[in-house]
Amino acid sequence: MALLELHGIDVFYGRVQALRGISLELGAKEIVALIGSNGAGKTTTLRTISGLMHPAHGSVVFDGKPLTGVPAHRIVSLGICHAPEGRRLFPRMPVIDNLYLGAYARNDRPGIAADLERVFTLFPRLQERRAQLAGTLSGGEQQMLAIGRALMARPKVLMLDEPSLGLAPILVQLIFQVLQEINAQGTPILLVEQNATKALEIAHRAYVLETGNIVMSGTGQELLQSTEVQKAYLGV
Amino acid sequence: MERPIAAPRATPIRLRGLVSSRVVNTIVLVLVAVVGVLVIARIWHRGPGYFAQILVYGVANGSIYALIAIGYTMVYGIIELINFAHGDVFTLGGFVALALLPMFGVKEGQPTSAVILPLLITLVVSMLFCGGVNVLIERIAYRPLRHAPRLAPLITAVGMSFTLEGIMFLWRGPFFLHFPDLLPRARIVLGPDTTIGAKELTVIGVAVVLTIVLSLFVERSKLGKAMRATAQDRDAAQLMGIDINTTIALTFFIGAALAGAGGVVFGLYFNSLSFDLGFSAGLFAFTAAVLGGIGNIYGAAIGGLLIGMVQSFSDGYFDSTWTQVVIFAVLILVLVFRPTGILGMRVPEK
Ligand SMILES: Nc1ncnc2c1ncn2[C@@H]1O[C@H](COP(=O)(O)OP(=O)(O)OP(=O)(O)O)[C@@H](O)[C@H]1O
Ligand SMILES: [Mg+2]
Repeated sequence: MALLELHGIDVFYGRVQALRGISLELGAKEIVALIGSNGAGKTTTLRTISGLMHPAHGSVVFDGKPLTGVPAHRIVSLGICHAPEGRRLFPRMPVIDNLYLGAYARNDRPGIAADLERVFTLFPRLQERRAQLAGTLSGGEQQMLAIGRALMARPKVLMLDEPSLGLAPILVQLIFQVLQEINAQGTPILLVEQNATKALEIAHRAYVLETGNIVMSGTGQELLQSTEVQKAYLGV
Repeated sequence: MERPIAAPRATPIRLRGLVSSRVVNTIVLVLVAVVGVLVIARIWHRGPGYFAQILVYGVANGSIYALIAIGYTMVYGIIELINFAHGDVFTLGGFVALALLPMFGVKEGQPTSAVILPLLITLVVSMLFCGGVNVLIERIAYRPLRHAPRLAPLITAVGMSFTLEGIMFLWRGPFFLHFPDLLPRARIVLGPDTTIGAKELTVIGVAVVLTIVLSLFVERSKLGKAMRATAQDRDAAQLMGIDINTTIALTFFIGAALAGAGGVVFGLYFNSLSFDLGFSAGLFAFTAAVLGGIGNIYGAAIGGLLIGMVQSFSDGYFDSTWTQVVIFAVLILVLVFRPTGILGMRVPEK
């Protein structure tokens, strides 16, 4: 049984159906990518897992337990961390407070201090800017902070929604490298990306989402080779 | 990233808008200048001692408005609701204290040493009671409407205001109620024609202590940070593991506790209460919150002090019948010239 499983999820925004019977799974050591064009339902999938949206049908199962009816803040303390689309930092708080809020659900002071060190080692820029208000950081710095804040949760599952959006190629490189490192240290990652090539390169497995349906799945390499995927998402 | 695109050249229509708004600005500025000259002339005429005395009264008045305004601003900051019932929670604080004092056997004319402990207990109990009532209001009247169109909770808030006033009306009737005169009459001489009494000191002291405790809580504590995070981005706060329902309830509790304290010190200061006191006090405090920059706690404290000053200067140099006009003129001027208020947010939202 996989660590995180979705079974036949239907999600609606009012009368509009955004997800149509989605089933997917994330294993304990995997990087799984979720790709698809705009409006396919990638963000909605992550929001459903983290409890911000409630499925009309189907269930999310984490570590063998269904998450039905569990409020979003409890899901975080169970170990699922979601770095949302568009960063969603706390703009009027300094970098350091944003990072500590990432660890809000934890109580182990020494562990939090160690993770703060780890984040500062990964992104030295954040340490330089620790007292600056998050809303005044540059776009790239904000993205680093968003990822750093997610790491501060020391999650059992890390979900990232377009972590490379709007970043310079060198930063994209850095961020994908960091994700691989985190994964190598034992954290499974569910990754939503517009940058499908990059995502498929580091993903063990991937799902392709189209108008609320999963239309294809396979290993990262398989999808990279697939002509349909190349045509539709890789711009080959 | 989100660089603003270079502004397009002003079109003739936009230009016309600019000119007319400049004319309006000029007219308003001239009016403000005329009023300013008048005020200065009056102040000059009455001398510096009187001025200082009015200042002292202004700070005392303003401390009460600050206590109310902080709750308005906190609730607005976290759920963008103007809680019209807030002013009535303030009155409720006074009413609860009025009911509690006789239970402790407190009567007018007793020595201060005998009333100080019961007074403190009364203050704390009134604060807790008001906090509890406001949490209840949030739970039954506002939370179910959290995803409804914005007008729905606003109208509900007006309804809650009427409900609270109605309850207090039924409880104690339509008359002015005498609140026991318990504080010592002693006054400290600050200068020629200027004194400060134990009453003013009590009002100011309570406001200062509560504001400091609150700001320490909001700035330093984990829950305080959770409150600010919830105010800045509710979804993101949930994704940090913050229980936003608890945080919002806590905000209502704290805001109401401060307003309740305001009601108690109002009673102690003016020795008079009535069921509909919260209407104008609430509006003045709301003006203070807007003046300071709604959503900002320090802004609300400063705004409260300023509104208190405006009131005491208007009362002291002109006529108290003008005070409401003056205060709403201030509100309008702020909204026109600096809608973000004195300490309005300077950092981009996202
Ligand atoms: N708040 C909302 N109200 C109504 N419809 C919504 C809402 N949010 C998303 N949708 C719709 O749900 C569908 C899926 O949206 P979602 O945000 O999950 O797409 P996405 O795959 O993340 O797209 P993108 O790559 O552009 O971020 C879209 O058709 C979108 O219009
Ligand atoms: Mg999306």
